[in-house]
Amino acid sequence: MNVNQMIEWAAVILILIGSIVSVISAYGMIRLPDVYTRSHAATKSSTLSVLTCLLGAFIYFWVHDGFVSVRLILGILFVFVTAPVAGHLICRAAYRSRVPLAEGSGEDELKPKLFPEEK
Amino acid sequence: MKTNDVIIQFTAKIVFFIIFFFSIHIFLAGHYTPGGGFVGGLLTSSAVVLLVLAFDLNTVRHVLPINYTYLTAIGLLLALATAAFPMFVGKPFFTHFFDYFNLPLLGKQSLHTAMLFDSGVYLVVVGVTMTIIQTIGEDE
Repeated sequence: MNVNQMIEWAAVILILIGSIVSVISAYGMIRLPDVYTRSHAATKSSTLSVLTCLLGAFIYFWVHDGFVSVRLILGILFVFVTAPVAGHLICRAAYRSRVPLAEGSGEDELKPKLFPEEK
Repeated sequence: MKTNDVIIQFTAKIVFFIIFFFSIHIFLAGHYTPGGGFVGGLLTSSAVVLLVLAFDLNTVRHVLPINYTYLTAIGLLLALATAAFPMFVGKPFFTHFFDYFNLPLLGKQSLHTAMLFDSGVYLVVVGVTMTIIQTIGEDE
């Protein structure tokens, strides 16, 4: 087993980790109680899974075909920048349209700032 | 209460340039890889739409003072001129030419008149999409 094959195995393991993390993210979407915790599961872990999958594909094409794909790097950068912002915007829209927090959640510090008239 | 849009506005400023340069890349690479004028035009207009979402229609119109109707007309004229030019040199309608040139910095490249036709398509797609979105968006 030479060096190239070992690097290809690293790419394979990266893609496997990415798909496992994506499955974990999907379970989080099902199991968690309200919008905010669900978006926590949906943005963080699926971003990580997409990033590792793209990185694995990038390494595979680089080692196996000798092809440096700038698009994949750009995709990694793009997802890394945009996915958390999308999660932030969804949560914010949910909070401002008064979606309640899950039962059992503690402090809600944003409420007196955002809706000071109701107590 | 004044809403605070710092995060999306800052992200939109950065992401606009990523999308825009990627659309230029798709447009230029269309002859040899997937892509071309249509997809490039759609990507460019989606970058502008992202700015419209993050900021305001009037702000974007102030930043990019383009009359998209004229842009559509220029694109159609460019496509028609490229298609009609061979008729004046005694070739059939829509005949394309290409040749190899030594460009500075880029080396030996082939330039093809299909590129001009494709830039016409690009301009038409950007113009039509942005006209539709602006017309719907400013409807009070």
